Amino acid sequence: MDVVIINNSQVPIYEQIINQIKLQIIEGKMHVNSQLPSIRQLAKDLQISVITTKRAYEELEREGMIYSMIGKGFYVSDQNVEILKERQIQLIEKAMIDIIRECKKAGLTVDKAVDMLEILYEGENV
Amino acid sequence: MKMLEVNNLCKKYKKFALKDINFSIEEGYVMGLIGKNGAGKTTLIKTIMNQILKTSGEVIVNGWDNVTYEKKVKDMIGFVLVDFPYLSGTTLLNNGLLLGSYYSEWNQEVFIEYLQRFKLNPEKNYAELSKGMKTKFQLAFALAHNPKLLVLDEPTAGLDPIFRREFIDILCDLIRDEKKSILFSTHITSDLDKIADYITFIDKGEIIFSDSKENIQDKYHIVKGPISSFHQISNMNYVGLKKNETYFEALILDANTLKEDDILGLNMIIPKLEDIMLFMCNDNINGGVSNNA
Repeated sequence: MDVVIINNSQVPIYEQIINQIKLQIIEGKMHVNSQLPSIRQLAKDLQISVITTKRAYEELEREGMIYSMIGKGFYVSDQNVEILKERQIQLIEKAMIDIIRECKKAGLTVDKAVDMLEILYEGENV
Repeated sequence: MKMLEVNNLCKKYKKFALKDINFSIEEGYVMGLIGKNGAGKTTLIKTIMNQILKTSGEVIVNGWDNVTYEKKVKDMIGFVLVDFPYLSGTTLLNNGLLLGSYYSEWNQEVFIEYLQRFKLNPEKNYAELSKGMKTKFQLAFALAHNPKLLVLDEPTAGLDPIFRREFIDILCDLIRDEKKSILFSTHITSDLDKIADYITFIDKGEIIFSDSKENIQDKYHIVKGPISSFHQISNMNYVGLKKNETYFEALILDANTLKEDDILGLNMIIPKLEDIMLFMCNDNINGGVSNNA
């Protein structure tokens, strides 16, 4: 499992953990029923609070991404890929709303914004 | 299972008092104790260690009262303190042999293992150690008697970042077994931004808050904006404010209940512990902190 914590990020650490684990599950890098590192192991590796890792795991469990077995640890749940994709799209929508706000602030018309999107979308760098 | 319970603890001096201190640490967790110099951190720790007599209240370590069962309680506490009670005229090895015998679970082999791990020569005289080495020595000594509670009073003060990182590493290792708890006092709050599970913040002898770091980070936010948007914070519950002709910055409570419109055009920043301390301790930043409470 890969988790990289950016300390001076404005995203809370528990959210950073959740997002990265989720992504790996969605991308299939973490397989169904494979075990996650223990809460204390992950806290130690990342040098963060035990409560922070606990919170991240509990949140993932609530969302059905992982399940726990008492005394054994946490495992990746069998995922409904469609639902996950839908959630991803919701996130994109939210990001787009932010962009639209910025566009309005800058007085950019829809057409100009779409043009920009198309150029960037086809660009090779992204 | 609570490893340390401090209930209504008071310590009165002529010019300073610890007032009604309440907090507890669960088994297997790290509690950071923060506050500026003179806030009462060391007085609190000394009272917990029964080095100074409390005025009232109680301190319970792993279920035992620290005064009534002083010997038993001290046996369970490993410490790194500011003033070192070690023997400066003899070697590290002898310090272990002589002072270690006071502890029921003293293990000289574990002690030597830790000395080696911390790259301390057991044959060296205690008086020859540098400040950082003394801290490591104290930690090695503390760990060699298998304590349940580690009490660390400013262990990283005056030490370089490399040593501090190493020290945090060691602590991270220790709490993995879920059996030890740590009380870690410091004014270098960046050491705690990461590893502390709970934070107790004291100022002028009183607890400002004692809560999990997650809750603290959810609750407190810094809001920063141009002075022309200053009116927007009138609806917010702020506990500290810094303001000049160009911009304002405020520490607000209940940030999680704000709606998007409330903060439109403002920057919301997750504060570090240091920011919280600065906002809440300093009574006069840039000439005007006000409290709307």
